[in-house]
Amino acid sequence: MTAVIETEGLGKRYRTRWALAGCTLSIPAGHVVGLVGPNGAGKTTLINLATGMLAPSAGAIEVLGGRPAADSAQLARVGYLAQEAPVYAGFSIADHLRLGAHLNPGWDADMARRRIDRLDLDPRQKAGKLSGGQRAQLALTLAVAKRPELLILDEPVASLDPLARREFLQDLMETVAEHQVSVVLSSHLISDLERVCDYVIVLVDSRVRVAGPVDELLAAHHLLSGPRRDPASLPAGVEVVSASHTDVQTTLLARTSGPVLDPAWTVSELGLEDLVLAYMKQPATRSHPLEVLK
Amino acid sequence: MIEFHLDGRSGVAPYMQLIHQVRHALRLGLLREGDQLPKVKDVSAGLAINPNTVLKAYRELEYEGLAAARPGVGTFVTGTLDGGSLAAHGPLRRELQRWLIKARRAGLDDESIEALFASTFRSAREEDIA
Repeated sequence: MTAVIETEGLGKRYRTRWALAGCTLSIPAGHVVGLVGPNGAGKTTLINLATGMLAPSAGAIEVLGGRPAADSAQLARVGYLAQEAPVYAGFSIADHLRLGAHLNPGWDADMARRRIDRLDLDPRQKAGKLSGGQRAQLALTLAVAKRPELLILDEPVASLDPLARREFLQDLMETVAEHQVSVVLSSHLISDLERVCDYVIVLVDSRVRVAGPVDELLAAHHLLSGPRRDPASLPAGVEVVSASHTDVQTTLLARTSGPVLDPAWTVSELGLEDLVLAYMKQPATRSHPLEVLK
Repeated sequence: MIEFHLDGRSGVAPYMQLIHQVRHALRLGLLREGDQLPKVKDVSAGLAINPNTVLKAYRELEYEGLAAARPGVGTFVTGTLDGGSLAAHGPLRRELQRWLIKARRAGLDDESIEALFASTFRSAREEDIA
């Protein structure tokens, strides 16, 4: 299977600050990829590099095997929805569809019209009069009706109310099921991603903290609780992501290569949200080993 | 046709929740052999979940011999879980209801009843294994 996005040591510097650094990824096709991280972590920078709106300061990036935005053929293969779902306020919905048809050689006019019908929108309505949710749906329609192989969405649901957010994600998942398009979407709302994403990339402080298929990540991480002990004394193959201690107890979120057999630990499974949050909170430099109570 | 729902707070993986719901419907006789399971596209759109999650659940059901995919048509129920035991449900339920009344008379609240059932169920199962 080919990679939809492949990066090697990718970085982007603004003056002295690296907005993204040392980013090496290989995202396989056929996934809905969640790009998560706190604000300012580099999510939009990575997306802008993938869409070709920014040029890298270091390293390399390939999208669907080509240079981002290299030519019109490459542009036609990627659909992109920018933050806040920008549309032309003075244009009607029908104008937007005409524009889409003119600008995109592979435009699927039937699909665009069907989507607008299904959303119960009047094609004569000016885009400036639409609600936030309707505007996002119109922008998504423009992005998917060009029939891309990869859809890149930057914070598509951040500004929507919970109902509009759910409707947008329902619509997106239906599109994925129907047209087998790969999706990369960024968000700082992890709970929304839990249902829709089967691959996740956690970006913190301009760096990729963890990336992989959700199933594999969940299977490899466990919550361990047991009597207080130094995480440094753990057997090989157990990598501590986060640790907290009381005077008698230690709780660890750890990545393990095999099952945890030590009976001193109570092992519980994790949800995606807990896992992502633990990586987000993890300090960039390793903390000093804990002094064990004698 | 059954309709799936998801409990976001349960901590159970979404694909497992779908499997449980199919098995549950089979046990209760809501689904029978030959019935069609909801289309992947409709489940994805209805619940706003990744189609791969639905496919994974259906593949697991196929592996268990409970469902089979007919390419281009959909996924259909091929097995059954009631094993003719559906008829036994009524009397067992009545016995359980009588037991519940007794438990309440003995002063147990909902939580204690659930805990007692769960712990008895677990120890009985462990004895079976042992």
